Amino acid sequence: MKKNWWKILAIALLIYTILAGMLLDVPRLSILNETIRNQHFHVTMWFGMIILLTGSMVYAIKYLSSGNLDFDDKSIALANSGILFGVLGLVTGMLWAKYAWGDWWSGDPKQNSAAICLLIYFAYQILRNSLTDEQQRGRISGVFNIFAYAAMIPLLFILPRMTDSLHPGNGGNPGFNFYDLDSKLRVVFYPAVIGWTLLGVWIAELKLRSKRITRALED
Amino acid sequence: MVSRLVANIIYLHRHMKNSSLITLIKKEFLSEWRQRYALNGIILYLASTIFVCYMSFNLKVGIIKPITWNALYWIIILFTATNAVAKSFIQESQGRLLYYYSLVKPEVFIISKTIYYGLLMIVMALIGLIFYSFVMGNPVQDLPFFLVVVAFGSLGLSSALTMVSAIASKAPNSHTLVAILSFPTLIPLLLIVIKLSKSALDGLDRSGSIDEFVTLLAINVITFTLSYLLFPYLWRS
Repeated sequence: MKKNWWKILAIALLIYTILAGMLLDVPRLSILNETIRNQHFHVTMWFGMIILLTGSMVYAIKYLSSGNLDFDDKSIALANSGILFGVLGLVTGMLWAKYAWGDWWSGDPKQNSAAICLLIYFAYQILRNSLTDEQQRGRISGVFNIFAYAAMIPLLFILPRMTDSLHPGNGGNPGFNFYDLDSKLRVVFYPAVIGWTLLGVWIAELKLRSKRITRALED
Repeated sequence: MVSRLVANIIYLHRHMKNSSLITLIKKEFLSEWRQRYALNGIILYLASTIFVCYMSFNLKVGIIKPITWNALYWIIILFTATNAVAKSFIQESQGRLLYYYSLVKPEVFIISKTIYYGLLMIVMALIGLIFYSFVMGNPVQDLPFFLVVVAFGSLGLSSALTMVSAIASKAPNSHTLVAILSFPTLIPLLLIVIKLSKSALDGLDRSGSIDEFVTLLAINVITFTLSYLLFPYLWRS
């Protein structure tokens, strides 16, 4: 029970996110109006994805420096749940864009970057699956993981800022940047980030445990 | 083929003691020169691609807008780079790689490959530019700056592709892998390069492009450093 406190925390935070995110009062901004509630789901899932993928990259480094296959399992499990949150973030974003911008896909720089980022991680999966030897697979996909992460950072954080984006907070749109993030939003925003991240780690942990069992059965 | 390999090995042995980096770069040039059909192949690939683009755009000089001209040029360079650099590791036989392994440090090996393919890609991009301007017209207004962008863009492309080809060469379906691993990872670089060369095309004031140029340099440095740090781990397998 002691070890499971964070799972209970994850459930509690997510129930809170859904209830408070839907019901609490939100600031009135032009264009956004009630759709601002989507930031408790869409933006926070992206935050979760970035944290999970960072974790995956850290375990890839650990694997490369130690050669312990357990780190490789952790790395791939975290990358998988990161991809899951990436897809969910993209879908929730598109749903929101349909109502805020009038189209599912508007060719916004951030939308494009997000799609490219997913392409990189899908390529990572293909690379992993095409290698059979476990040690070799760990090493090569670990190397690509670090390489991909380094390519993802300019893609998500630098390039979209160099052009105008339709996204709230860019190009004169009313937004919820960190500076003007209303305190009403903050009380839901940060718990939601933690909640989604913990859920991702939980999914990764389940996959990791089933992997360990398979490995033990094989030996 | 066998005699070539033996000659290569003797050459390496004789010169390795002096300076392994320069020797390895020399060796790359030498083996490229001996297999001129591969080099000519790349040039012909470049020429045919440009010709296909030229034919597809109705055979008229100056019919396309600068923005299309620019994008098309970089797409041609991207595909040429993928083809030229992809062979850097895939063509090397396992035995020969093992032999290099016993002679030099992996860091030296990756640096020599990156430098060699960087130079090769700069030359290819220039040949491509000349031929491309010949058939499609040349709307570039700030040519010196455009050439600088081409040089750094080619360096970035080749260093990322050398690393990706090293990764992909370990897997069975390496040719497909090179494309799917490299295209998404190269997009940040390509976007910056296209933006910079567009400014050069329009002859905009250079001071306006400093931010992007610094980003381009930073991406180059990051890719190069990562290859340097990560390659030894690939080498071991």
